[in-house]
Amino acid sequence: MRKYELIFIVRTDVAEEDVEKLLTQMQGVVTAGGGKIEKAEKMGRRRLAYRVRRQREGIYVLLVFEGSGDIVKELERRLKVADPVIKFLTVRTDEELKRAEKMKAIRAKQESKKRRPKAPAPPPISPAEQEAAAQA
Amino acid sequence: MATTRNIAASGERPARREGGSGGGRKQYFRRRKVCKFCEEKIDFVDYKDVRLMEQFVSERGKILPRRLTGTCSPHQHRLTTAINRARNIALLPFASEV
Repeated sequence: MRKYELIFIVRTDVAEEDVEKLLTQMQGVVTAGGGKIEKAEKMGRRRLAYRVRRQREGIYVLLVFEGSGDIVKELERRLKVADPVIKFLTVRTDEELKRAEKMKAIRAKQESKKRRPKAPAPPPISPAEQEAAAQA
Repeated sequence: MATTRNIAASGERPARREGGSGGGRKQYFRRRKVCKFCEEKIDFVDYKDVRLMEQFVSERGKILPRRLTGTCSPHQHRLTTAINRARNIALLPFASEV
């Protein structure tokens, strides 16, 4: 199972319910294909960085799910056909998340390592210093 | 040159580098550049985080080089992919008019 993030932009002149309907429809595609939805949210209205199909604004919708590539294929086919959708992007995230997780683990390890020598380290220094002080 | 540097420094967050008073001379104190992602322990650069990525993009929308921002190589790499994704979905511009 792979994890995907699908983000798409809907035209602003579309009714709120239609956006909702589109989102539930997409969720239906995922569940029908044997996938699992992790997150489905409307990120809201946003100004586009550049004009897309003569639009300057758009409603961003995010869908995070787990599933196979066939689901992505079907979703993208549907989004391509859907009129109110002006742009979409699917990103596979499982590998990146795994890498981030790994980095986190490595960091935690390093930190615990750093902490350990700190406690035993001071004692050997202080006797030496005492000796130096005694010699002087 | 000097202007680009000031742009890099003036994000939402406090200035990373002490910018000069505008004279362009080397009189100001230059802080050591550190990788923001290493400092703040950001492992995963999210392409939806526009506020973060905006700091690494020039006024025209170009990605700032590492030598200006101090980002380390692996993080610059990930940042680049994130910015390109954001550009694809119109969160960041490919090129913004000046």
